Amino acid sequence: MSMDNSGKAYWKDTLALVRNFLIVWFLVSYGAGILFAPALNSIHLGGYPLGFWFAQQGSIYIFVALIFIYAKMMSKLDEKYDVHED
Amino acid sequence: MGLQTMTYFVVGLTFAIYIGIAVWARAGSTSEFYSAGGNVGPVVNGMAIGADWMSAASFISMAGLIANMGYGGGLFLMGWTGGYVLLAMLLAPYLRKFGKYTVPSFVSTRYYSTGASVVAVLCLLMASLTYIIGQMTGVGVAFSRFLGVSNSTGIYVGMAIVFMYAVFGGMKGITYTQVAQYCVLILAYTVPAIFISMQLTGNPLPQLGLGSNFAGTDMTLLGKLDEVVTGLGFGKYTTQMPGSMLNMFVYTVSLMIGTAGLPHVIMRFFTVATVKDARYSAGWALVFIALLYTTAPGVAAMARLNLHATINKAVMQSGGDLFAPENSIVYAERPDWMKRWEVTGLLKFEDKNGDGRIQYYNAKSKNADFLAKVEAAGWKGSELKVNRDIMVLANPEIAMLPNWVIALVAAGGLAAALSTAAGLLLAISSAISHDLFKNIWFRDMTEGQELMAGKIAMACSIVVAGYLGLNPPGFAAGTVAIAFGLAASSIFPCLMMGIFSKTMNKEGAIAGMLAGIGITMFYVFAHKGIFFIKGTSFLGMFGGKANFFFGISPNAFGAIGAIVNFAVAFAVKNMTPPVPEDIAQMVEDVRIPRGSKAVDGAH
Repeated sequence: MSMDNSGKAYWKDTLALVRNFLIVWFLVSYGAGILFAPALNSIHLGGYPLGFWFAQQGSIYIFVALIFIYAKMMSKLDEKYDVHED
Repeated sequence: MGLQTMTYFVVGLTFAIYIGIAVWARAGSTSEFYSAGGNVGPVVNGMAIGADWMSAASFISMAGLIANMGYGGGLFLMGWTGGYVLLAMLLAPYLRKFGKYTVPSFVSTRYYSTGASVVAVLCLLMASLTYIIGQMTGVGVAFSRFLGVSNSTGIYVGMAIVFMYAVFGGMKGITYTQVAQYCVLILAYTVPAIFISMQLTGNPLPQLGLGSNFAGTDMTLLGKLDEVVTGLGFGKYTTQMPGSMLNMFVYTVSLMIGTAGLPHVIMRFFTVATVKDARYSAGWALVFIALLYTTAPGVAAMARLNLHATINKAVMQSGGDLFAPENSIVYAERPDWMKRWEVTGLLKFEDKNGDGRIQYYNAKSKNADFLAKVEAAGWKGSELKVNRDIMVLANPEIAMLPNWVIALVAAGGLAAALSTAAGLLLAISSAISHDLFKNIWFRDMTEGQELMAGKIAMACSIVVAGYLGLNPPGFAAGTVAIAFGLAASSIFPCLMMGIFSKTMNKEGAIAGMLAGIGITMFYVFAHKGIFFIKGTSFLGMFGGKANFFFGISPNAFGAIGAIVNFAVAFAVKNMTPPVPEDIAQMVEDVRIPRGSKAVDGAH
């Protein structure tokens, strides 16, 4: 399939989706886990200071969730633009 | 059964399984040799990626690193997992759609240039060979410490095992042994962690135990640890950071993009049937990796606390005086595990103040109050040297767990090292047999000849890896960081631009890769010597100050190399002829899943 208008729209939507996921990816690891960790440490999650939790636990759980949600949404997008595999 | 017998039994059993798989999964075609026939399911592939990824360093050393670094150790946890998000969203599905066996094959076609392919093969070989040295030494270490044989015997046995399933089975044999190895290594890692978490917090899950109260008190485990380590002059566990926040940030970026750019991991995505499966296998891979990576912080903190509690009795008393003479244990009465590990040299005691007791604290502390207390207590320096690997290797013994758990840890360490070594060997041998032999030098090779070339390249790579393991070059310790730096500064940007820019041309890509690696190696060599030769470092040129570039350490520099790569690539692109029309068309085609076919070697 050549990149006709529908192909361009598919790629635009894909990029937008990836951008949104990477914003979350950035916020939980670099944001909550590093840049804002000192501030978040005054909040506690059980026995964990929150910034510490994001750096050593939370960001990993969120990464896993992000990939599965991404895979699912991409499958939907593939079907919407009729570019999915048989 | 004695510990030694038990260990032989468990390790022997796991080896028998790997050999059984080798016999069952022999590769009969290049497709099976390079990509396991291209029909591996996403869950199985995820598990194999997990074993491929988690190396001797992840299994043996990471928890110890985190135990020493505290909060800052999170950079390894985030860096080595966050890279999978990048792989899943930016690289894996598109490279799978492209549908060739190796990473350099993509580079050669996308950048319509043998030169680009050769540069990519060189980057791949440098990254993979440096990485494999660590695996082979890991095999030797695990053998010699647990099975009482010499380091070199251990490496020979390891080579023989890998030879059997990697040479005859190629990617097919490696995939299914990696699944078995994942099961062994994850059991070996989590079982002791569950026992220890139970003992210290009453919660069997280390992920929750680390956030629980210290057993029998109303104090949190982390709070207790903070109190103990600051009391002994170390940095506060939950906030301690390596250098500046900027360094931690850049270091994490380097590990993430390095992870996404490592060829032996990317290759595993060529074994699944569809683009959709490639996305899901990244998710499953991270699930299996996360099982170990979320356990590691618990192991780290608990092992650290156990170690201090063993040496200073005040740790376990509420309001105990860390400096009271009777609380430091008497050396002659130390526990048996300490005696065993002293033999290996991983633990060293030196009675600096001659009182026959062990004092273990941070003698480099700059806190005046603390130093005054040290002075008053008559301590004359920290008397125990602890190798960080002990945190995992001796963990079951410190917690007094049964012999079968200790035996399992030995088998797990070997599984982690062997599975990663096999993945790296495949990346190396396929780059040689496919990208150099088939695609450049002997283009009219038949499939049968290429398969034979692949097997011979694999056998030779095993011999080279074994040799490097037996005679590790002096720079071995620094090399894994270099592998990440190389992958981050060369391969990752090159692949990214190949997919996301339709206009990036071969001149830009080649110049970018060379500039990225060049600047990264330059910074590393400035600190550690030219090709790691002692005495050739040239920090003097930059005022003699380490980490002169905004306080960024050499291991963290890959991210800066990547930025240079991108900048140079786009600058050169604008000054050179544009990409041919058919390549731009190919890039468009790679971006949509439809029409994916089994990966092959055609060009």
